[in-house]
Amino acid sequence: MAEGEQAVKLLQSRFAAAVRETGSFRNQHWAVIEAAQWLEVARWLRDDPSTDFNVLVDITAVHWPHREPPMEVVAHLYSHSRNDGLRLKARVGDQGPIASLTPLWSSADWNEREAFDMFGIVFTGHPDLRRILMPDDYTDFPLRKELPLYRG
Amino acid sequence: MGPSHPATHGVLRVVLDLDGETVVSCRPDLGYLHRGMEKIAENRTYLQFIPYTDRMDYLSPLSANVGFALAVEGLLGIEVPARCQVLRVICCELARIGSHLVWLGTSALDLGAATMFFHTFKDREWHYDLIEDLTGARLTTSYTRVGGVAHDANAEWLKRLRAFVDAMPNRIDDYEALLTKNTIWLKRTQGVGRLSAREALSYGVTGPVLRASGVGYDVRKAKPYSGYQNYRFEVPVGSEGDVYDRYLVRIEEMRQSVLILDQALKAIPQGPVNVDDPKIFLPSKAKVLTSMEELIHQFMIVTEGFACPAGEIYVATEVPKGELGFYIVSEGGKSPYRCRIRSSAFNNLASLKHQVEGELVADVVACIGSIDPVMGEVDR
Repeated sequence: MAEGEQAVKLLQSRFAAAVRETGSFRNQHWAVIEAAQWLEVARWLRDDPSTDFNVLVDITAVHWPHREPPMEVVAHLYSHSRNDGLRLKARVGDQGPIASLTPLWSSADWNEREAFDMFGIVFTGHPDLRRILMPDDYTDFPLRKELPLYRG
Repeated sequence: MGPSHPATHGVLRVVLDLDGETVVSCRPDLGYLHRGMEKIAENRTYLQFIPYTDRMDYLSPLSANVGFALAVEGLLGIEVPARCQVLRVICCELARIGSHLVWLGTSALDLGAATMFFHTFKDREWHYDLIEDLTGARLTTSYTRVGGVAHDANAEWLKRLRAFVDAMPNRIDDYEALLTKNTIWLKRTQGVGRLSAREALSYGVTGPVLRASGVGYDVRKAKPYSGYQNYRFEVPVGSEGDVYDRYLVRIEEMRQSVLILDQALKAIPQGPVNVDDPKIFLPSKAKVLTSMEELIHQFMIVTEGFACPAGEIYVATEVPKGELGFYIVSEGGKSPYRCRIRSSAFNNLASLKHQVEGELVADVVACIGSIDPVMGEVDR
């Protein structure tokens, strides 16, 4: 079975109202989740034996300035026991907010800080949400599309 | 500590609060080597981004080259010919040996075992000579292309690689003779920087650091790429999750890499080293100079690049530090719409705080060395 396919099906039956959209490309499946249920869905994916996603591989974002809402938070999960991955997304406003996954995985700490640093998305409940790569006194969010690569 | 401290392996600054010799809190300060690679990727063609991957983990550029090429090939839905796959495996394993040699030399030096450094750097020069002869550069290799490799390896080079492969097992024995049962080494590394399997997984730790904690996860086995399923090799795991077990795991990984190289050299097939698609892969120079069509293809690839279909993909490879992933979102253009680099060293380094708080300040050096972070890949 393709990557994440089974998990997406389980999500659809368990959280029918929270799954807003699903999709796949080159045998990798993803689900777009209602942002308000981000933490709840992630917790279930981690703890339920049928999914058992014990690792948060990565959390990042994609900026779509012409969409409403414009920010897409993207998490990659991995299950060691099932050797399966899943891409989980949620759409939020310019500055979020979205629940932090730090209560579930320590890896959310630095990766959410980076997403905040680069996109300005606020992760509520994060214990130490500050810039990680850019200087503390920097005011822009470099990976937003409106920011040019060069500023003359 | 840092950002320019000999034991921080580049430009890592670690803010430590101490109570006497005991670390009360540890806050790593990153970003000194942040070049905005993910932003740059959005403004380059796919081919133009390959040289940037050299400059991520600058101790193993060859394997980052492969990881990025695989991600773009995944988007395109193409697969490279058999000889190219074997050459890429050779590159990845050479890179692993080279990276581990630097780790071994420098992390031993950090703890006062200076002799080790001279042994490993001598062999690393040998490994660099091989890489230079194959790719034309020691560090900025850019050897992989989307759809193949820059050029084939000749028989003479493969013969010289064979000499390296045959010599390495004895060399690794020599390294081990210096350290594995060395009392000072044992005292500095055993029980230091402990990370349980549960904690390591929670931090998203991968690579040798995770395996030292007893989790046998290796992308080459979990999701084989480039034909790794055709090689016989073992994934060494530790049990204690301390600095010493990370040492043992990496030593054994070098032996396993030598085994893989040996099999690759025996099994390398003849044939092309790139896909036969003139819209993606640069034509040979001889053809460019004599044929109009090839000249046009070369011009188009160099000036405009090629487009990838709209879609998104996450492709992970096992680089010397752990899982390096590229998450590329394409809107169908000639540059990625978004290119997320999931760095192995970044996530591994996040566990430093957990390893050193409550421990002695002298052990911070041992822990950083055993995580083996390369700041080029941490900061990107």
